[in-house]
Amino acid sequence: MDIFLQQIINGLVLGSIYALVALGYTMVYGILGLINFAHGEVVMVGALVAYSIMTALLPTGMPPVLLALLALLVAAPVCMGLAWAIERYAYRPLRHAPKLAPLISAIGVSILLQNLAMMIWGRSYHSFPDILPAITYDINGAHISLLQVVTIALAALTMAVLAWLIQRTSLGQAMRATAENPAIAELMGIPVNRIITLTFIIGAALAALAGLMVGANYSVAHYYMGFMLGLKAFTAAVLGGIGNITGAMLGGLLLGLIESLGAGYIADLTGGFLGSHYQDIFAFLVLIGVLVFRPGGLMGERVSERA
Amino acid sequence: MSLHKRHTLSATALILATLGLTACGNKDAAPAASGEVTIKIGHAAPLTGPQAHLGKDNENGAVMAIDELNSRGVTLGGNKVKFVLISEDDQADPKAGTTVAQKFVDQKVNGVVGHLNSGTTIPASRIYSDAGIPQISGSATNPTYTQQGFKTTFRVFANDVHQGQALAQFATQSLKAKTIAIVDDRTAYGQGLADEFKKAAEAAGARIVAQEFTTDKATDFKAILTKIKASNPDILFFSAMDAQGGPALKQARELGLKATFLIGDGGCTPEFIKLAGNAAEGQYCSLPGVPLEKMPGGTVFKEKYKQRYNQQIQLYAPYVYDAVMVMADAMQRANSADPTKYLPEVSKAQYQGVTAKIEFDAKGDLSVPAVSIYQDKGGDWNFVETLGVTAAAPAKK
Amino acid sequence: MKMAGRFLARLRNPNGSSMHWVAWVVLGVLLATMPWIIGASFGNTWLRILNFALLYVMLALGLNIVVGFAGLLDMGYIAFYAVGAYLWALLASPQFGLHWPLWAILPLGAAVAGLFGVLLGAPTLKLRGDYLAIVTLGFGEIIRIFLNNLNAPVNITNGPQGISAIDPVHFGSVSLARPIDLGFTTLPSLVAYYYLFLVAALLIIAIALRLESSRVGRAWAAIREDEVAAKACGINTRNVKLLAFAMGATFGGVAGGLFAGFQQFVSPESFGLLESVMVLCMVVLGGMGHIPGVILGALLLTLLPEFFRHIAAPLQQSLFGKVFVDPESLRMLLFGLALVLVMRYRPSGLWPSPQRRREIDDVLNTDAPADLPVNPT
Repeated sequence: MDIFLQQIINGLVLGSIYALVALGYTMVYGILGLINFAHGEVVMVGALVAYSIMTALLPTGMPPVLLALLALLVAAPVCMGLAWAIERYAYRPLRHAPKLAPLISAIGVSILLQNLAMMIWGRSYHSFPDILPAITYDINGAHISLLQVVTIALAALTMAVLAWLIQRTSLGQAMRATAENPAIAELMGIPVNRIITLTFIIGAALAALAGLMVGANYSVAHYYMGFMLGLKAFTAAVLGGIGNITGAMLGGLLLGLIESLGAGYIADLTGGFLGSHYQDIFAFLVLIGVLVFRPGGLMGERVSERA
Repeated sequence: MSLHKRHTLSATALILATLGLTACGNKDAAPAASGEVTIKIGHAAPLTGPQAHLGKDNENGAVMAIDELNSRGVTLGGNKVKFVLISEDDQADPKAGTTVAQKFVDQKVNGVVGHLNSGTTIPASRIYSDAGIPQISGSATNPTYTQQGFKTTFRVFANDVHQGQALAQFATQSLKAKTIAIVDDRTAYGQGLADEFKKAAEAAGARIVAQEFTTDKATDFKAILTKIKASNPDILFFSAMDAQGGPALKQARELGLKATFLIGDGGCTPEFIKLAGNAAEGQYCSLPGVPLEKMPGGTVFKEKYKQRYNQQIQLYAPYVYDAVMVMADAMQRANSADPTKYLPEVSKAQYQGVTAKIEFDAKGDLSVPAVSIYQDKGGDWNFVETLGVTAAAPAKK
Repeated sequence: MKMAGRFLARLRNPNGSSMHWVAWVVLGVLLATMPWIIGASFGNTWLRILNFALLYVMLALGLNIVVGFAGLLDMGYIAFYAVGAYLWALLASPQFGLHWPLWAILPLGAAVAGLFGVLLGAPTLKLRGDYLAIVTLGFGEIIRIFLNNLNAPVNITNGPQGISAIDPVHFGSVSLARPIDLGFTTLPSLVAYYYLFLVAALLIIAIALRLESSRVGRAWAAIREDEVAAKACGINTRNVKLLAFAMGATFGGVAGGLFAGFQQFVSPESFGLLESVMVLCMVVLGGMGHIPGVILGALLLTLLPEFFRHIAAPLQQSLFGKVFVDPESLRMLLFGLALVLVMRYRPSGLWPSPQRRREIDDVLNTDAPADLPVNPT
């Protein structure tokens, strides 16, 4: 029983991290219908900037939590600036280009950022400092650390704030209008470009937070970390219904749980024929299954669907 | 956008492409000083992508060897020679590996050190073999590499079989493990080593209680570690690189998994200790060869590397250094850098390298592949014992 | 190569869909003599790169059927390449002790890959755009993971170690892996492979051209433009879509088989997601749905990184007097930048079909709201 509980905890933590990254994907997709392939790379930059700040300030003897906050205060604006530049120079000119052009542009940005990061931070893996004291709680033999509790809570909080922002504020209203129809939103006096830029910037702030949490949870930061993470998060966003904030959270958690339970029980389920190396197959099969029966993802997609 | 601009752009693209092809005609003509003969050594490893840090480390090792040879001043056939390193990025991609190999052959390199991965080393070895160019890898561990029947393939590193056996011997005899869990990262390296380890450990009477898998891009290992915890093994053998092993060890301890952690050469790095933090204390790793400190010139090499690159040796730099040195040694004995002339001398090598005494068997593998075990004490890998040693290598403590 | 440049410019001639016969002859002579010219003046490296470029031309044309003709975004295309390559590897290597000849494996490879295409297509018929993208991406990964893991309990693919010592392409006792004695001259191995790949590529180009203007091709175009309308016109969208997946996959299967024979070693790492993305980039960058454009895209994206490999260091040397940015990082950096810039300035690809370019121009020039976001408000 404690093993099962532990797998659930593992899955929830992993899922929360996916969700944090997936929220950024889903926001941009919701408003532009664009797969922002470079989002994983923005998360990577966030993690590496946070790493640099924290290791630089480590000798001052500040408490780790304060360090983490300072790191976030630097990492977030850097990511926001980066996202602004990406949107302005790589995506905006392509807004009316054929559908796949922005995708290729995004892949280009992704390669560009990876190699820039490699030049700046070098090729080695960096050990990410602890941001919270190593306190572990024991629930029925299963372990959960303070950091993991905070990770889950942060993901839930972020989702709630975003949902509030989009549903209850005038900015959110403008975002929804832009997602519905940018041309008409423009006519209604909504500064469409500013709204889109803002969406990217909010997504980037989330990416910085996600980068910090990924680094802290796995104690590694590396210029190549964004790729796989981005892919998984994107899968999570699609699973939940891309463009849908609650869907991203749900998709993230679900993907985390599937991976964790898959790795834990796939061998027992198949009588030892398939092992944990088929974990990703398991995840993708669930994804395909969900999409075959619910082509819009679990929670349904955003309100408007562009043809 | 105006039509005019479009045409300019496409024209530019075409000109670029044309230039590209013409520019390569006069590539890399290494200028030699008068009276000097240039000897080109090719080096291939992934210098971009996720394994770039190891690739660069390999390159550093090769550069140090080349510089040392040049400062020492070598004469072959009465001519003073200058060694030049041509380093290429094979992206750890088999296809790029053969392209790079072809480039070396076209440039008429006198020998090749590399590649880093077995997946690139094997397809490239066919091209070197066809061209008769000796190839010495300092890190490819797949046994197949030297078993293809090529005369040009050598490695200065224990292959999976040797290292797997040594690790299993250490686990079952020195650590007296009865139950063992194995994790591999499903790469050619991780899976190959894990399989050999498993065979040898089972033969030695240990029971494999869990075998789990991860990938070389994974960061979260908690699911498989939780499962392993349920089988409560004495030892966890983690067959992967440091970037996965370090975090995995840390996560294992967070989950309360108490098994002794054992990792192969891919984890025998300062990086591993950095990534695992305090959890690394008391855990073990293996590395082919004998410790640098025990070899003549080893400590000097270590210090020089640190000074020059402002970082510790990552992993394979000393082996690649040895690979270049063995090659140069063979050239000196043959008194020629002509591959056909010095190739037989490579097989006859009796070279005292910084990692081991290098002698090859008929296939081109090390004839006495020693493997050393290290334990982390206070944040450093400390030598424990050397396995598979004969009189050829220095006696152990 | 300058001649080739001028020649391509001529191909671009907007009013000439039918080329002058002189142009055909020039093209034929150029293609036939290409390996000798390149081998002699630039070395065998470029010949090998050219051979890989031809394989990518086949792949890009196959993916173009799915993405360009039928408008279905497939991000797992490399799976079919993998299927073809592994089929060759299994049927012509010591792995199972089988040594089947080319004429048996290649058609079988094409057929099996086509079957996999249908397998992928069937469950995804209802999915559109980005959902299809992620599912196909997953499909590609599933194939790769199976190839990577099917070494136990029964060893089929030899797992991550890959399969080595694969038979080279051979016709009877004549192996393409060794120089071939033709009596009056010897044909180097790389040149022989070039001709083989060229023939295969030309065949695939011919099939693709025929398909484009066929009944099926028009049905694909109809689906791409408006699926509902196509259905209303009586097109069996299910069958037509499945046919697109199957046709695209067969091209991939053929290219994969040739790759295995050429390389004589296959391992799962050659069939990663990045390869799928790269082929997709070739199709889009070149000009989606336009066969000459796609060929150009495949050639450029195979040659460009190699080109950067050759200039990254010398360029810095001559500009700044020393190499201060490591040439390898710079190479991929420039590659990423090239993708962004080409899309920025030629969003419909380097060489789109004339019709498509007109449509884009219409959108960009006449649609008033479309202009709004370009000017910051």
